[in-house]
Amino acid sequence: MRRSAATALGSVLLVALAAASAMPAAAESGWLAPHPPKGKGEHCVADTAFMRRNHMNMLLRHRTEAVRLGVRTQQYDLNGCVNCHAVAGPDGKPVSFDSPQHFCRSCHSYAAVSIDCFECHPSRPEETGKTAAVRPADREVAAIGQYLRDIGR
Amino acid sequence: MSAGPQTAQPLADRRALLRGAGGFLATLLAPGVTLYAFGAQGSPSEGPASSKVRWALLIDIGKCPPGCDLCVTACREENGWRDTGRPDIDAQWIRKVKLRDAQSGEHREVPVMCQHCDKPACVDVCPTGASFKRADGIVLVDKHICIGCRFCMMACPYKARSFVHEPLTDQKPWAPRGKGTVEGCTLCVHRLDSARLPACVETCADKGGGAMMFGDLNDPNSDIAKAIAKYPPSQIRSDLGLEPAVRYRNL
Repeated sequence: MRRSAATALGSVLLVALAAASAMPAAAESGWLAPHPPKGKGEHCVADTAFMRRNHMNMLLRHRTEAVRLGVRTQQYDLNGCVNCHAVAGPDGKPVSFDSPQHFCRSCHSYAAVSIDCFECHPSRPEETGKTAAVRPADREVAAIGQYLRDIGR
Repeated sequence: MSAGPQTAQPLADRRALLRGAGGFLATLLAPGVTLYAFGAQGSPSEGPASSKVRWALLIDIGKCPPGCDLCVTACREENGWRDTGRPDIDAQWIRKVKLRDAQSGEHREVPVMCQHCDKPACVDVCPTGASFKRADGIVLVDKHICIGCRFCMMACPYKARSFVHEPLTDQKPWAPRGKGTVEGCTLCVHRLDSARLPACVETCADKGGGAMMFGDLNDPNSDIAKAIAKYPPSQIRSDLGLEPAVRYRNL
């Protein structure tokens, strides 16, 4: 009798432990917190925790300096965020702020914080690709591909 | 985003290239307009605009053929505005105004845009400080704090500002504009900050009559300062004493 009670207690503890360890996993899997899509670049201009807390201040400072003083550093430019964090929609083109998939909306809708950046600024990269910088590595890969195709011909 | 330092690099390189090859590019891109002004005194991308500079335009109407609207088209493409189909609320970045002499019947067309006044009336009347003059004399609207009251539109004697009445999407990244704010010619401030000429000036020199001369009024060695010193040009409504930076010849 005592033995079966101990077993029961043990199994209850085990279940509780398993549940406790499953909690963070559930949080990460998507039902608890927003999961903004990752950017295309290797890393952001600052680490994620800092960006979460301070991105609005960085943008605010940058906009004041750029518009009123003419300091046009590229590092904290909103266009940089938009280009790097573009999310492709069903048609393969980057989605605009109208779509819930948009990078900014994925958090801002969740937090119920409305932003008006995109009433004036474009919320997706230019279609012509004028602003998209081709990275040297990509250019090299393209050149090698072309070379291989030429050889095969 | 890894784009930060990486995208800044090509910009710096381009500026260095422009500085180095200033004389060559001047003859190539725009006869009559030199890029010398950008060399030491121009507002570099990473630093603030300099108050030692006073950007100005000299427009020779004699070289501005009637019917030509290359400057207007260039501005429209560069800054992404288009006519709404309702002339009452159309954007007024730049337009060609027809002048007709009643006695001789002779008529001319004058490109009119924000005159970037030294004493801008629009800045005086703005209740929020959104309308402001940058250190290098460019008059701009800070749309972040513009409340759309349109006092500046009423104050401007050149009718060089307009109000955005309808929601917009997919604006140009370098020329944000949106519903509920006032806008006007920025003298292509995004181009100037990376050592490029305003779109209208560049197009006029490339494809048009080369009627527009751009430069620094404060630099006595600049082409525009020399040209103005030689023959004083006229200003539109000079009687108002606003001291516009856009001057006209053969008006």
